[in-house]
Amino acid sequence: MPSALQLVGNTPLVELRTIRDGVAPGVRLLGKLEGFNPGGSVKDRPALRMIEDGLASGRLTPGKTILDSTSGNTGIALAMVGAALGYPVELVMPSNVSAERKQVIAAYGAKVVFSDPLEGSDGAIRLCRKILADNPEKYFKPDQYNNPANPLAHYETTGPEIWRQTEGAVTHFVAAIGTSGTIMGTGRYLKEQNPAVQVIAAEPDDAFHGLEGLKHMATSIVPGIYHEEELDQKIGIATDEAYTMVYRLGREEGLLLGQSSGAVLVAALQVARELDEGTIVLLFPDFGDRYLSTNLWRGWPQREA
Amino acid sequence: MVQVKIPTPLRKYTAGSGGVEAEGGTVAALVDDLERRFPGLKDRICDESGQVRRFVNIFVNGEDIRFLKHLDSALKAGDELSIVPAIAGGR
Repeated sequence: MPSALQLVGNTPLVELRTIRDGVAPGVRLLGKLEGFNPGGSVKDRPALRMIEDGLASGRLTPGKTILDSTSGNTGIALAMVGAALGYPVELVMPSNVSAERKQVIAAYGAKVVFSDPLEGSDGAIRLCRKILADNPEKYFKPDQYNNPANPLAHYETTGPEIWRQTEGAVTHFVAAIGTSGTIMGTGRYLKEQNPAVQVIAAEPDDAFHGLEGLKHMATSIVPGIYHEEELDQKIGIATDEAYTMVYRLGREEGLLLGQSSGAVLVAALQVARELDEGTIVLLFPDFGDRYLSTNLWRGWPQREA
Repeated sequence: MVQVKIPTPLRKYTAGSGGVEAEGGTVAALVDDLERRFPGLKDRICDESGQVRRFVNIFVNGEDIRFLKHLDSALKAGDELSIVPAIAGGR
């Protein structure tokens, strides 16, 4: 395997020492920093696994192009893996994804087709389906919303890492939902090791939100890999609260993270406040660098309460 | 009347319509008129202090109101106003 891809996974856990409002001393909050992946996000894991799976099954062969709809992190991951393995990559995304995402994807050599920003990620999903239907032989579509290799990547890597890194002490796992691959695969593994582990999902609290990458399940095309019955809890998070947590993480913990991480922390604190003790692992999907041009940071010091 | 483009997640307030009409000499006045016609819409766009929520972009004839006069940006009949969430949602 090329060396860039050997760096996928095995990300560090950090303990949050300052942002613990109302949390009992016996409760630990541990953040898993997926920004350390070579492509910069947790999506490196399922992107690699889906492509390996495509190659092994013969659905991806030399001459084909990798195609998918993505708001960004999966696109970046697929572009990175495609570049490392020598496959062309074509990605469909709404035109209002951040400038950093567009630039990074182009730097990896992938081609982007933009869909209507008013239609959100569901619009990109629909346009991607059309592109594939118009030219099915040209493409391999990893189909991250429906491909079991997506949660499998987390069942095989993210889950075991967390189990090992916490020496089996993990009691709660909190992650945000987009495709739901992270929480489905990781949750499944952790519950197999200890059925008492609680798996908690963070999602936007409304269909109209500013949490790039996340899905308000009740109003979205539900991913085929999503099985809500496997979750112990799903918490709706207000965009403003998630953003505030991003600013606090930078100033109080020295962690520059993306807005999904802010949402996960808001949810994890809600859970933590109910406990006397526990080891809560928070999945922090990426670092904040790729959001610096976005509304998250636009005019923020002036508007801080 | 100003033509207002409504993003998909807000169409539950406009009976499914992606394009509606409203009146107002400024963006602020127009938002209040939208609220009269489609109750609940304003709270999605603005916070309790009346400011546009951080993740919401509003364009008048293609220009971001942040580069005009924010909520005081002027509107005239025939203008087009778009409400666009800053992000795409999904991954």
